[in-house]
Amino acid sequence: MTEVQTIEQLGAAAQAQGHVLGGGTLLMRQVNYTPHQVPNILRITDPAFRQITRAGRQISIGAGVSMAQIIASSDLDFLAPAARAIGGPAIRSMATVGGNLFAPHPYGDFAVALLALGAQVQWADGRTEDIEAFLASRETSKGVVAAVLIEPPQMDALRFGKVTRTKPKGVSVMSIAVLITGVGRSVQQARVAFGAMGPAPMRSKAAEHALAGATLDATGVAAACAACVSDLAPVNDALASAWYRREVAPIHLRRLLLGEN
Amino acid sequence: MPKTPVTFTLNGAETGIFVDPGLNLLEALRREAGDLSPKFGCGQGTCGACTILINGEPHLSCLTLAVAAQDADISTTGGLAPGADLHPLQQAFADGFAAQCGFCTSGMLMAAKALLDRNPRPTRDEVVEAISGNLCRCTGYDPIVDAILDAAARVQGRVTA
Ligand SMILES: Cc1cc2nc3c(=O)[nH]c(=O)nc-3n(C[C@H](O)[C@H](O)[C@H](O)COP(=O)(O)OP(=O)(O)OC[C@H]3O[C@@H](n4cnc5c(N)ncnc54)[C@H](O)[C@@H]3O)c2cc1C
Ligand code: FES
Ligand code: FES
Repeated sequence: MTEVQTIEQLGAAAQAQGHVLGGGTLLMRQVNYTPHQVPNILRITDPAFRQITRAGRQISIGAGVSMAQIIASSDLDFLAPAARAIGGPAIRSMATVGGNLFAPHPYGDFAVALLALGAQVQWADGRTEDIEAFLASRETSKGVVAAVLIEPPQMDALRFGKVTRTKPKGVSVMSIAVLITGVGRSVQQARVAFGAMGPAPMRSKAAEHALAGATLDATGVAAACAACVSDLAPVNDALASAWYRREVAPIHLRRLLLGEN
Repeated sequence: MPKTPVTFTLNGAETGIFVDPGLNLLEALRREAGDLSPKFGCGQGTCGACTILINGEPHLSCLTLAVAAQDADISTTGGLAPGADLHPLQQAFADGFAAQCGFCTSGMLMAAKALLDRNPRPTRDEVVEAISGNLCRCTGYDPIVDAILDAAARVQGRVTA
């Protein structure tokens, strides 16, 4: 039987052992069907876990903040498209930012947007870690994520797109987030992140490199779109084969970059 | 292992139950609180048959830990029509043949209530989005979407075809 431990302070949670409960949309499946895999649940009741706070340019999003809270926050309108892409309304009332960071393939659409933004992951013991490093080692990492820290991008600099096979909602064939800095249609720098194209959300540095200095038109983005595939490691699943995902990734990146979606 | 006491408001009534720590709220409501209106379809978040409102927001009760519902304000289909008259959503579902086998209906009604409480004049697309987490294997969805739009119109005093 699963034990539930209530942790009233995030600091105390850092020492506790067990599965952290976010919104439970993934963890409770395990509790319902394979409870022996979840002997101990840590339920964090510290209000800071569910708060969005702003200090200067930095915004801290508590790991227990739900997708519905993101959509409702006027400070986070640039993240609303990614939050809206997750499940139906009931899932969004429950699913948390922290849980999305750990969500296995093909989930993790919100983490893709955070990866493009270059978020920092803040652990309950006070450590912070770059999201890219966090995602690369999340399978083996232990501890409680307290918050993610971001700086809001320039207006319209973050673009997010999700490709699904069922409408109006479905899980990702892939999701893509791109952060562009530049003036008008000329790109200075870009961060390009893909979801459902590898074991965890990943960047395409080849596409980023090709976009630096490019113009956002069909010719200007062609090299980046062709290059993105070299960094991706998709798998076959019930939604799409790895081959299909590779074939269509350049097309979906181009649509996102040129606003053709 | 000792059971844990949990108290919450269920359809306006103060309710107290004892639950195993890992029990989900759907089982707790059905087995311990005696409210059989939320349905079990999958126990993994995919069907929406167990949708209830917690503090006015739609939640999947099968994925909610019962002990986390302490002090919550819970609404289920069982409380939609406290008197003899059906709730406008229930009436519109009945009139529009929006329930066939009826297994999805409880969750559909609560997902629709969450929408209409927040947005009394939804568009068709907004209704489709509101029930996008709820599966129906009988109706083909159109009668359900029509019924929700019809209920919204009835509450507003607007006439529908
Ligand atoms: C019907 C359905 C549709 C879905 N659709 C989508 C979708 O479109 N896109 C998508 O990305 N996901 C989707 N998901 C998956 C899931 O809902 C989301 O990924 C969600 O954000 C997971 O968050 P959670 O809070 O519910 O995680 P939980 O289930 O609470 O936790 C998931 C894992 O993360 C760990 N964890 C949670 N929080 C922390 C923390 N703060 N510190 C350390 N570990 C932590 C847990 O211990 C657990 O191992 C869907 C799920 C369902 C059931
Ligand atoms: S029983 Fe809860 S979603 Fe299916
Ligand atoms: S009426 Fe049968 S599943 Fe919807």
